[in-house]
Amino acid sequence: MRMSRIVRTAADLLYPAILIFGLYIVAHGHLTPGGGFQGGAVIATGGALVIVAYSYKEVSGWLKKNVLTGQEVTGLVGFIGVGLLALAFGQVFFFNYLAGSGSIFGVPVPYGINSGELNTAGIIPLMNFAVGIEVWGGLTVVILYMLSGLEKEGC
Amino acid sequence: MKKKLVIAASLLIMTAFFGIIALNLTFGSPKMTDMDDYFLSHGQEQTGSNNECTAVVFDYRGFDTLGESTVLFCGIIGVALMFRKIQGGE
Repeated sequence: MRMSRIVRTAADLLYPAILIFGLYIVAHGHLTPGGGFQGGAVIATGGALVIVAYSYKEVSGWLKKNVLTGQEVTGLVGFIGVGLLALAFGQVFFFNYLAGSGSIFGVPVPYGINSGELNTAGIIPLMNFAVGIEVWGGLTVVILYMLSGLEKEGC
Repeated sequence: MKKKLVIAASLLIMTAFFGIIALNLTFGSPKMTDMDDYFLSHGQEQTGSNNECTAVVFDYRGFDTLGESTVLFCGIIGVALMFRKIQGGE
């Protein structure tokens, strides 16, 4: 079932904006309220908007289940991998080995109120990205699976 | 009629119960523990994160987030299995 042209045009216009806003929430997880889970959920609502506006058959051409499932697996494996990498530095699992080290995401943060630098917080942004990618793929693929079940029933 | 009365009475009792508890709470002065002080005073220098919630969720309590992601993953596997059965017929 396909929505009207107005809804489809609005979905086309809003989808990039929702994507950028969700990625902003993911990327700024260590500075502002939000993080991987919340940003991923925002992006998944954009996917849901497009799926609702177009029919399942049209959307399934470019929102592929295999890609989204792979995205989910990549996110989870990346999350665990970032945590496991601490063992290579001689630390314990999930130790924040990048914080304050001076390399990528390693700028030291002064105590108290500060303006906030994106290049801080060590492995927290990396984990945020991993979780964001996982939630993005996971929640979108749930909607796609449910719709494909309905499509078979003839709705 | 009697059913509605019972529902109204139970709602009233519940509202009174939770209302009395809520009104007796002191606002703006949470009970301080050593852990709060530690997170607030050391969080920024140890994790480099301005957002204290993210610092706790992704750094101090990383295992909790790992479990959360695993639960999400398992839930999606369950949904995929359930709807795959419908697709292939009974």
